[in-house]
Amino acid sequence: MTPVIEAAGLVKRFGGVTALAGLDLVAEPGRVVALLGPNGAGKTTFVRSVATLVRPDGGTLRVDGVDAVRDPDRVRRIIGLAGQYAAVEAAMTGRENLEMIARLFGRSRRAARAGAAAVLERLSLGEVGDRLVRTYSGGLRRRLDLGASLVGAPRLLLLDEPTTGLDPRSRRELWDAIGELAAGGTDVLLTTQYLDEADHLADRVVIIDRGRVVAEGTPRELKSRTGGDLIEIHVRDHPSGAGSATEAAARALEGLGTVHTDPSSRLVTMTAEHGPEDLMQAVRALAGQSVAVEDIALRRPTLDEVFLALTGTPTQRSVA
Amino acid sequence: MTVMRVPGGASLGAASWVVARRGIHRTLRTPQIIMMGLVQSVAFLLIFRYVFGGAIGTGRAGVSYVDYMIPGLLTVSGLFAGMSAAVAVADDLASGYLDRLKSLPMPRLAVIAGQVVSDTVRVTLILAVSAALAFAVGFRVHAGWGSALAGFGLCVLFGFAFVWMFVAVGLLTANPQAAQGAGFLALPLSFVSSAYVPVDTMPGWLRGFAENQPVTVMMDAVRTLTQGDAAEALLGHGSGHYVARALAWTAAIITVSATIAVTRFNRT
Repeated sequence: MTPVIEAAGLVKRFGGVTALAGLDLVAEPGRVVALLGPNGAGKTTFVRSVATLVRPDGGTLRVDGVDAVRDPDRVRRIIGLAGQYAAVEAAMTGRENLEMIARLFGRSRRAARAGAAAVLERLSLGEVGDRLVRTYSGGLRRRLDLGASLVGAPRLLLLDEPTTGLDPRSRRELWDAIGELAAGGTDVLLTTQYLDEADHLADRVVIIDRGRVVAEGTPRELKSRTGGDLIEIHVRDHPSGAGSATEAAARALEGLGTVHTDPSSRLVTMTAEHGPEDLMQAVRALAGQSVAVEDIALRRPTLDEVFLALTGTPTQRSVA
Repeated sequence: MTVMRVPGGASLGAASWVVARRGIHRTLRTPQIIMMGLVQSVAFLLIFRYVFGGAIGTGRAGVSYVDYMIPGLLTVSGLFAGMSAAVAVADDLASGYLDRLKSLPMPRLAVIAGQVVSDTVRVTLILAVSAALAFAVGFRVHAGWGSALAGFGLCVLFGFAFVWMFVAVGLLTANPQAAQGAGFLALPLSFVSSAYVPVDTMPGWLRGFAENQPVTVMMDAVRTLTQGDAAEALLGHGSGHYVARALAWTAAIITVSATIAVTRFNRT
């Protein structure tokens, strides 16, 4: 099958700044791909290249097999773009906004009307469709913006930070809408700074930093990439004072894995390459040294930790 | 940019009209837009007619002050009304609206063409209201009505050229506040001109600029077209002289602005 996106050695410079430094990425059809990276990593530049808004300085870029540099007009028939801000006209109704986009796709008046109605229905915007957009909430505007990118029945949906600035409930609603679209067969490329967003929506996560892909895989694969599971132990206060409890635990666990202690929160973390086996050993060792444990758990690393390990930059923590 | 129709997409004309309708909707549904556009025009009209008018002129060579000043004021109104095109375009650029339009399979020129058409409609509305007010405060036509209508038509044409100019400014600044600031280049053009006082009262160094800058030439064209022989006698040349020069300036402004706007638009 033709990959929906195929970028090879993509380069883009803005003056002295290199936004894309030879980016390689292949996105197979039938997937939601999340581009994850710190600010300035090149996420937006890449999406804008796929959207034919940026002309790469080097490399090749194909969208559904079509060369984005040589044949941008054909690519524009394949994609639908929703940017970082809700790009809809406030002085028109939701319906008028969608009809306008449909007309710009060259549809007849009647076809535009039908297309707009179908999109309003699909995104549950029917009730507010005839209100001026200036009366919409931020969440509604974003949903309409998503609708505007669907009017052309795109094969590939490009979403650049679709939920930035939304309250948790609106985010959740937009996630549901995107999830339904993906389930209905639309391929999606989205950028995000929120790891939980990538975790929630994407089949495949691509981490980029300084204009290059530094890692990619399913969220599960990426999580196991950074040395497997972790054991977290909250120890109970030792009668002889703070700090000694975590020290006692660390002594007990010596030799089982790499141990980190955080006396102030009484947290002890240990790497667990063998998962449950290590957990059982840890429990025995702690019991042997009579360390009082409040809580002990085996967990996978979060994408946050993966991200930090790969790029050296912490991401924004999600609010949801 | 040479593409007039993307296969299966909207034609340049149809797409431009769809984009223009958005701007027209915005003007008609946002009363503040027309009101703000009129504030400048009305305030200047009242100030120069009633506050300064008495002191400035008692009329020269058979042209009363109100008849002298109104053609200048209408030309300047087109200039000031054109200014908000810069802010609107910069806003669309900053908010990603232009990105959305550029990602659609349609001729890109339609985005700018539609913007210019809708802003010209807005400028024409403002000019029409200002002209009506002008008659209410005593302005009279002293030439044939055909000639006076041609004068109004010229004002609209100048407005069209100014809209092109400010669309280019909006694309160059790419930031609504900066675009607003750049709009103040309209101030010297409007005041250092023949709009409110004859240029021969200015000191020599200023007079050279005031006499030859495009806005003065445009005003004088409208004066001769609406005031006939008396204005021609006052200004020194026939209407053909001023109209030809005004049209040349208009063509130059449109050519330069459109080139900048289109080049810039394709790059951003």
